[in-house]
Formats: sequence, structure tokens, C-alpha cells
Amino acid sequence: MSSGLYSMKARDFCQTLDLTKVKPYGDTMNDGKVQLSFTLPLAANERAIEAARQLGVKMGLTDVLVAHHEALDNEFSFFVVYGNLSHTVDVTTIKVSTIDSDVLDMHGVDEFIKQNIGRKLVVVGASTGTDAHTVGIDAIMNMKGYAGHYGLERYEMIEAYNLGSQVANEEFVKRATELKADVLLVSQTVTQKDVHVTNLVELVELLEAARLRDKVILIAGGPRINNDLAKELGYDAGFGPGKFAEHVASFFIDEFVKRNKK
Amino acid sequence: MKSKLNLDFATVDKARQAARAIAEDTQKFILQHTSVTIERTCARLLGIDGVDAYEVPLPNLIVDSIKNAGGLGLGLSVYLGNAMIQTGKTPQQIAEAVAAGELDITKLKMADMFEIRAKVDTVARQTIARIKTNREKREEYLGRFGDKQGPYIYVIVATGNIYEDITQAKAAAAQGADVIAVIRTTGQSLLDFVPYGATTEGFGGTYATQENFRLMRAALDETSEKLGRYIRLCNYCSGLCMPEIAAMGALERLDMMLNDALYGILFRDINMQRTMIDQYFSRMINGFAGVIINTGEDNYLTTADAVEEAHTVLASQLINEQFALMSGVPEEQQGLGHAFEITPDLKNGFLYELAQAQMAREIFPKAPLKYMPPTKFKTGNIFKGHVQDTLFNMVTIMTNQKVHLLGMLTEAIHTPLMSDRALSIENASYIYRTMADLGDEIEFKSDGIMAKRADQVLREAATMLEGIRKDGLFKTLEMGRFAGVKRPLNGGKGLDGVATKQDGYFNPFIELMQQGGKA
Repeated sequence: MSSGLYSMKARDFCQTLDLTKVKPYGDTMNDGKVQLSFTLPLAANERAIEAARQLGVKMGLTDVLVAHHEALDNEFSFFVVYGNLSHTVDVTTIKVSTIDSDVLDMHGVDEFIKQNIGRKLVVVGASTGTDAHTVGIDAIMNMKGYAGHYGLERYEMIEAYNLGSQVANEEFVKRATELKADVLLVSQTVTQKDVHVTNLVELVELLEAARLRDKVILIAGGPRINNDLAKELGYDAGFGPGKFAEHVASFFIDEFVKRNKK
Repeated sequence: MKSKLNLDFATVDKARQAARAIAEDTQKFILQHTSVTIERTCARLLGIDGVDAYEVPLPNLIVDSIKNAGGLGLGLSVYLGNAMIQTGKTPQQIAEAVAAGELDITKLKMADMFEIRAKVDTVARQTIARIKTNREKREEYLGRFGDKQGPYIYVIVATGNIYEDITQAKAAAAQGADVIAVIRTTGQSLLDFVPYGATTEGFGGTYATQENFRLMRAALDETSEKLGRYIRLCNYCSGLCMPEIAAMGALERLDMMLNDALYGILFRDINMQRTMIDQYFSRMINGFAGVIINTGEDNYLTTADAVEEAHTVLASQLINEQFALMSGVPEEQQGLGHAFEITPDLKNGFLYELAQAQMAREIFPKAPLKYMPPTKFKTGNIFKGHVQDTLFNMVTIMTNQKVHLLGMLTEAIHTPLMSDRALSIENASYIYRTMADLGDEIEFKSDGIMAKRADQVLREAATMLEGIRKDGLFKTLEMGRFAGVKRPLNGGKGLDGVATKQDGYFNPFIELMQQGGKA
């Protein structure tokens, strides 16, 4: 009864990658391994463990292993669960919109603007509505940037205005008009109860009412923002986690040139 | 205590003297002014509470009636005391009459100022007695259960619903938390009023209201009794209502308050004059109520670089210390803030963190330092996040930080789930136990990386403070020397709520609190 024999039995499934039936990978193709953790509003006992296991089965897991459980309080228990997912996805039918501009670095962006636009682009950014978090907009705009990626303030050919946090949409539109913005960056960090969606839509409506929407490139960013959501809400693009100033800049210089060719 | 870092205490003294001079210079300005929220605080402490049919708080209505009549510089207490004499009504009845449009307290015949003061004083003394009773009650609990040795485990609840917050807070306390902070709803700092009653809706946090304070304190008292440990409650005295929230906290026995002299200016764009004036009275109340204040220097490092700007944290701590002392907050109640925010990519980053934390410990030996967890370089990778927090917990125990704000592995994803908090507490407790006396066992090389780092930060802070002493605090803030944020003297929110004190102005509570509330 060596472990090798056990492994042979466990791998009783097709081990070839099939893009029409992709499932999670643990240590063997198509083993479907997932790990999850959750809390149940139940006292930590055998009944709660079985409840956790059954939930795993209902999520489509086989060989559910409740690896760990512990009481968080009298009426709450925490679980770490492993299982093999039976579901698959067909990756060949997935369509997502990605931003297809080539990403230039800071000097590349400056050079591109000099050659193709011939003047500084005005970029106005803020964390709007009641959102007090500046981490997102600061990462993109501040001189220092984030994780070694310089922010737009450091770009020679970009005139960057970071209005900070809790900027009302009305105020944002007003300042954007005064500053003759070419590009607007809106950061939303707080997403509880979808407050960011309401706020982002309100800005689009204000810009449309002021007949400004077509005159600016409007970009949203934040931990729960992606390009699809941003486009659905009436933005030109959306940037989520892991994107830096050069991604955003590469998009808007490309977009600016495209628009002005038309 | 022998310095582990070979700190040059002559430079520390020099820096502290500069901070003292900066605070004294600003204090002259502070003492000449009052604000709408200071006067509303007096209204609250004199017994005015509740809202009108449009949910406008009565303290706002009565103070606005004075402000609109141009009387803010004379202060609420003069008008209210006079109205008590002229109408025979209580402060609450007077406020209700003002709200109903039946009474204009600025148009009444003025009684003798001595009598007005005496009238107000009798009511003020009752409130002062209530706050003292709260303080004694806390001391009684701590005497009975004993106070926690080592760091206080500080966690947040932030559901938006005070009743859900209570469920989460009780569970967190059972798991080992010592301090529960109820995060405020986003945007409350910019409200120039304090909402009323129990609330169940909020974004990223729960409204700070007096009723919410009361509900949570009652729940935590029950939990404290059950666990045989006193669980502290923390909230936020920042924004446009600093002193009002301090007053509410003093009345409902909160134990800890975020209460920074500069935070609102830098991070909420609240006018600097308004903030300086407001922080004074709010801290006086906190000092008197035995509340530990927490300062917000950690925030500097979320916008500016934690290595390059470390000295701004120390400079600000020294300034906060002096403003706190001037408001009657003793060192033992000064939870000066700092943070573990150096990028994980930096070689020897942990050594710099350890050096800075040890330096803060040695420069502020009596202060219950507030140490904030990594946030800026947290990603969605919860596994790495847990490691970052573990390193942070190690620095905490090795350098004897006191208010230990636990990091969450899910920082950057969501406000903490119940299980996030439990994992975090488990992590911290493990580190406390397994490394309990490590700090006492190790010494650092006298000319090593850490000693050099601390020395550099100290010297830069001392130089910065000299510069601020020369230019003045307001000018320094205008130039953007803290957190890389520039603020104009007359910009930001709330300046229209500031007034210069006129002859005859008085605030009965400042006097009573300065005397320590003795009859």
C-alpha cells in the first residue's frame, strides 16, 4: 500500500488539457483541486462539520475534505475545505474586451505626445463622491507613483492635477472645465453596497448634461473596476488592480490621437 | 533606560524644544478663536440633544441661530445662560423653543455676566461630574479585572449597522481583542453635524452617534463582565466635529479616540485654522475623560514613501505630543501613531521598520504608542498578506508597542470578515507568546544598519522641526511638508464656522477641566 498506488487510483481521469473543459489545477492536470474557507453561523461541532461538507458538495466538489475547523464564538465556526471541482468552463467561447493599446514607458509616452500631439495633455483626477481613499489616484498620479512606476505628475508632457479625495461630481466637472481637461481619471475604492457604480454613473450623467462627455477621455479605476464594467457605465476605459500610470497613459494618448484623426 | 540604538538624546531634546515652540506659537492663535462645533459641544455638554422634524440636531439649530445673529464670538454659553435666567427654562427646553421658532436667544435682555456664568456653571458641573463618574467606572473595571500587559489587540468593526457591529465586536472580544474600534461611515468627517440615534446604514463604516456609542459600550460592558477583561471602545474624533464627538465619547465612556492635530487638514482637506482650534477643545475633553488619543502619523506613509518620509512621522509625533500636553492630555494617554509601511521589495526593510519602532519607543517612553499594520503594499494575495502581518506583529512585540492595530490578510479586498479578524488575532497572539521576551534578549550593533537608520531619521526630524519653528506651522502646511500634501491657509472646509472670541466669551468646560473638575 505505497502512496504511489494511492496516487494511481486518484488520477483516474483524463490528464490532457482540453480548452473546452478547463478546471482548476492542484498538482495534476484536471484534478479540479480548490481550497476555500468560510464561516458558518453554527457552534463548532460534528453537525457543523457535516454542514460544511454538504455545502462543498452543493458547490460541485467531490472528495470534500474539511481540513480545519474552529470556533470563532459560541455560535460561529470557521472552516478550511478542500475538494475536487466537477465543473468546467469552455475557454474557447469566452469573450472579454481588453485594452489593446501597446504599453509605453514614461519616456515613450512623452515622446509619443511630442510627436503626435505636440502639446501637453491635461489630466485631472480625483477620488469622487464620499470616497475618502486616495491610494488609487495617488498611485497613478503622484510624482512618486507606486511600486517603482512613476505617476503622471512626473511625465514631462502631461499636466496632471490630482484633486484628492471626496470630490463631489459637480465640483469635479467644474474643475475639469476650468482646467480644460483632456482626460479625466476617476478613482473609486469604497464599493460597499455598490456605491461606486451609482457615483460613476452620476458623473457620466453630469458630463452629458454639460455637453462635455465627448470632449474628454473618461477613465475609471479601482480595485473593483474592470474595462467591461467601465464601458458598461459609459466610460472609455477601466483599470483594475495591477495597472500603473503607464498603462493608463498609453491608453489615453492612443485614444486621443484616434479621436482627433476622425 | 539604555538606548538600544545609541540615540543621541541631545538631538531628541532639541527637536522636542522646537516642537514646543511651534505648538506655543500656534496656541496663541487657538486661544483667540472658537468655532461652531466648539459651541455645539458646549450645547451638548449643557444637556441639549435631539433633532427637529428634518433631522437637524438641536445643537446645530441653536448655535446657527447665534451665528446668524453675529454672536458666535461671544459663545453659546453666554446666550444660553442668559436665556435660562430670562425664561426659567432648561437648556433642552430653550433649544426646543429655538427649534420651533418660538424663541430668539440673541434678542433677550442681557442679565449680569456674573450671574450668567454662575447659572451655566451649575449645569456644567453636573456634566463634569458625570464624566468623572465614567472615568471612575473605567478605573473600577480595570482595578477589578486588571489591565492587559503587553500590546492591546485592536481590531475594527465596520458593517454600517450598529447591531451587526455589536455581534462582530462580541465575537472579536471573545477571540482575544482588547480594543474594538467602530469605523465611521465614509464621509462623516465632512459633515458639520453629528447624526442622531441608532443607525443601520453606512458605507464602509457606521455613523458615530451618541446612541451608537451607548449601545456598543453597553454590549462591551456585558462582554467584559463575561470574559473578566475590560474591552475598550474606540471611535473617531476627527473631521469637522472633533470636540462634539469627544463630548459624546466622554458622556458614554469611550476609552480611545483617534484625535490628531493635523490629520483633518492633510487628509480630509478641512481648513487648518478650524482644525487647530477644534483639536484643542476635543483633546481637552479626551484628556479629562481619561481617553487615550490616537494620532494619525501612520497615514503620512500611505501617501508618501515610508523610507524617505520617516522623519515627518517623528516630527509630527513631537508636534502632536506638545499640542496634547497643552490640552491636558498626559503622556500616558498619548497613543502617538506610526506604521509598518515599507515596501516588501526593499532589502533590509524589516530592519528599518524595527529601528523606527524602537526609536519611537525610546523617544516616547511613557506613551501607549499606536502601531499601524501594512496596508499600502497589501495586494489580493491573502497568503502573502498574512506573512506581512506576521512581520509587523514581530516588530510590535519586540519593541513593546501598546495599541496594536492588527493587520488583516484581506486588507485591500474588503472590510474584515469575522474569520479574517480571528486569523489575525490568532497570528498576533502566537507571536506575542513565542517571542514574548525576545526584545529584552537582543541588542543592536552600535554602528549597525539599525542604529544608523534611527540616527538619520532623528536628525532629519530635528532639522525639519527647526524649519517649521522658523516658518510657523501654518506656512509649513501650505508648503506641503507633511505627507506631500499642500493646503492653503484659507482653503478647505469649515473656515466659515470659525469666529474670533469677543470680550465676555466664556467656555465653562475649559475652565472646569483645567482645574481637574474640582468643585
